[in-house]
Amino acid sequence: MSFWEYANPKKFMGWTAPVLPYVFGAAALCLTVGLVWGFFFTPDDYRQGSTVKIIYLHVPAALMAINAWIMMLVASLIWVVRRHHVSALAARAAGPIGLVMTLIALFTGAIWGQPMWGTYWAWDPRLTSFLILFLFYLGYMAMWEAIEDPDTAADLTSVLCMVGSVFAILSRYAVNFWNQGLHQGASLSLDAEENVSDVFWIPLVICIAGFVLLFIGLVLLRTRTEIRARRIRALEARARRA
Amino acid sequence: MPELGKYAVEVLAAYGVSLGLLAVIIVISWRRSVRVRAALERIEKNG
Repeated sequence: MSFWEYANPKKFMGWTAPVLPYVFGAAALCLTVGLVWGFFFTPDDYRQGSTVKIIYLHVPAALMAINAWIMMLVASLIWVVRRHHVSALAARAAGPIGLVMTLIALFTGAIWGQPMWGTYWAWDPRLTSFLILFLFYLGYMAMWEAIEDPDTAADLTSVLCMVGSVFAILSRYAVNFWNQGLHQGASLSLDAEENVSDVFWIPLVICIAGFVLLFIGLVLLRTRTEIRARRIRALEARARRA
Repeated sequence: MPELGKYAVEVLAAYGVSLGLLAVIIVISWRRSVRVRAALERIEKNG
């Protein structure tokens, strides 16, 4: 069977139904273990005190905020090139999840920044590009709601997604590009010298896995809902014509 | 409860708001899923 056949709406509904409980179960397990471990069983940082515990929410949410947009970009490109409806609906389904992840990253960043930097907000390259990414998420969702014809909405939101990708990438690499501002470089890196201490690193990786699995589960659930909603619109249109 | 010291408000607020937002997106997604599924079943049953 070709890879693309999994994107057939009927096949998609078939294979996702049994997978969903496992994805949500694994997400719940990882989030519970990671957050409980991080919150209750890790020490305070010698400079940041107990605020270091915010890392278990801030870093995974920020990673997912960027990667959700990248996933939407890939799904949008598939829609533009191959006209697979499920990919357009998956991109639409991911929008609100990415928005929530961005909001969590912005809020936890601000509340962490106040005691560490002395301010909730600064027009730092990474913070600013993240704020613009948040606005792109809002615009993306608003565009889907505003355009009645779903194919036209998918086309135009795909273009918006491609434009917004610049800020998704900027929000990841802004620190490296400009080398200025308050925000430090990546917390996780393949370069061991740049990584956070091991005592924080293991629960952090578990939390990231939990956020990734939660994102996958929610995208699958919401895509299934969008497929059903599309079927309802088609049946209602058919009934009106009859 | 771990000793959070002078940053207790910041840490607890970060956890409370973040978990609250995650709960909101999960509940909204789940409720809409149930609602749309029921609507589709109703339409398909009524032909």
